[in-house]
Amino acid sequence: MKLGDVLRFSFHAIERTPARTGLILLAMAIGVAAVVLLTGFGEAARRFVTQEFASLGTNLVIVLPGKAETTGGTLTASYGGTLRDLTVEDAAALTQHHGVASVAPLVVGAAAVQHASLARDAPVFGTTREMLRLHRWRMDTGQFLPDTPWTRASSVCVIGAHIKKELFGESRAVGEWVRIGDTRFRVIGVLAAHGRSMGIDTEETVLIPVGSAMQLFNTQSLFRILIEAKTRETVPAVKAFVQSTTIARHRGEEDITVVTQDAVLDTFDEIFDVLTMSVAGVAGISLAVSGILIMNVMLVAVAQRTNEVGVLKAVGAAPRQIVLLFLTEAALLSIFGAFAGLALGMAGGWVLTQIYPTLNMLPPLWAIAAGIGVAICTGLLFGILPARRAARLDTILALAKR
Amino acid sequence: MSLIKLEAVQRTFVVGDETVHALQDINLQIDQGEYLSLMGPSGSGKSTLLNVLGLLDRPDAGSYVFDGRDTTTLNDLEQAEVRAKKIGFVFQFFQLIARLTAFENVELPLMLAGIAVAERRPRVENILEETGLADRMHHRPDQLSGGQRQRVAIARATITSPRLILADEPTGNLDSASGEEVIGVLERLNAAGMTLIVVTHDKDIGQRAGRRLQMVDGCIARDMFGGVNETG
Repeated sequence: MKLGDVLRFSFHAIERTPARTGLILLAMAIGVAAVVLLTGFGEAARRFVTQEFASLGTNLVIVLPGKAETTGGTLTASYGGTLRDLTVEDAAALTQHHGVASVAPLVVGAAAVQHASLARDAPVFGTTREMLRLHRWRMDTGQFLPDTPWTRASSVCVIGAHIKKELFGESRAVGEWVRIGDTRFRVIGVLAAHGRSMGIDTEETVLIPVGSAMQLFNTQSLFRILIEAKTRETVPAVKAFVQSTTIARHRGEEDITVVTQDAVLDTFDEIFDVLTMSVAGVAGISLAVSGILIMNVMLVAVAQRTNEVGVLKAVGAAPRQIVLLFLTEAALLSIFGAFAGLALGMAGGWVLTQIYPTLNMLPPLWAIAAGIGVAICTGLLFGILPARRAARLDTILALAKR
Repeated sequence: MSLIKLEAVQRTFVVGDETVHALQDINLQIDQGEYLSLMGPSGSGKSTLLNVLGLLDRPDAGSYVFDGRDTTTLNDLEQAEVRAKKIGFVFQFFQLIARLTAFENVELPLMLAGIAVAERRPRVENILEETGLADRMHHRPDQLSGGQRQRVAIARATITSPRLILADEPTGNLDSASGEEVIGVLERLNAAGMTLIVVTHDKDIGQRAGRRLQMVDGCIARDMFGGVNETG
């Protein structure tokens, strides 16, 4: 038999039995659409979780002055012994590693913040523009601290939402002047409310450039250095780099503590694995179900076309030709079904993305390829049994069936 | 040289607890070009014999030499090949594939044999014209009369120019005019050299054959040649 004839004959069988074809296409399409949608959903969930964890600071490496004497995962460090200050220069040195995404020095103090006749005490953080990115903060109005040299003092500040409300009420704060301690600062931005983020209450905070803070509090010493690694995988390398660089800069003395969020990272890995497995599992089940549906419909097809098989055998079709014809039919059905399912799944993903824009539901490429590949394979696999059954039919009995 | 040679062929079926001897010790020799009718009551083994001759069924014992080859040693694939090239079947219920047109039904054996479309087309058109179906080529079986369907079936059976045509009650489902027409077509093919074996209940049709076999209880009771005036 010629390939063209096989395809034509099988396509013909598909085309002239629209009800059966519709049914099997539906089964296959639902299976593939389920895979496409579920993996899309799984991927979206994974991305979402990844982002959320990133904003929790899973990539963070935190440097504290002083050597911690107990290891309990807390950020306490002993301040005894010969303590060398952590300086802005130390922080600057830590940017020299390919795994480091950003470095933010942090100076902390408390000062009276005053606007017109209203004043209150507030925690004041001296930091740099990197802090915004590091904490995934967003601005309510205005801008964050400018990207100026770290040692330079400039008289600008960013305030938290609650402070803004207390000092300015409903009136506009950006562009106004406030007095922090003895110095006047211009408000250039108001932070959006995020609640507490790594020990900083974003609503109750005043942020000023690190240089200004060192002047204000008359100190050279940093409270923390926050370092963000580019990926979670580079965290250990960055940690080692931070340790060795700082120790070298401190003349061989290990007077710092480097903290990462190992426990959080482990949890993250577990969640990640479970997510991946459940997505794969659900996808597998839906494909198996559609494969079995295909098998059922093909078995019915063989039963309905028993007479046809008898005729084919009587006019001289060899058993393997019958297998070939029925398998080709199953393959064609699977291919059409797979692509119909892909279209359906993509459309569904698109619609869901329109409804829930936070979840980007479009499936990853590997899922599309795997979905179609596996669909065609299951179609063939589950097509073998009916095809062989057809080939084994007794010719005389098959002809007697009408 | 004989086309068909059966020696001590037996075929038994087990139906429930009972063993039915459909064929008992059949010895038969048929020459190329003969016209044979096979008659007998229901259950006498005519159809079983026809199925054995057409390689649709295997004898339990005995030997069957077809066209110089012992068919009992052939496997399924080889038997299918012999059927495809040398044997044509015509059935009582036409056995056309309902979703295919007359043309496509006739084309089927050539398609299975792997013959190119360009070569198939004129052959199929020719044979359909010869059987008077030129204007019915692209009709499906349900759009054809019984006689037309049977002529399509005959065209399909003979498109490969087989040595042997086996017709199982070819007129059994037709009115007498259509039946006459169909028998005419088959006899013309026989006249052109094909061996023709017709199983029938119809005495008139049976009498037209040059050689008439009468079967009873799985045996050939009578084997008559020549004149049609003998009692049957």
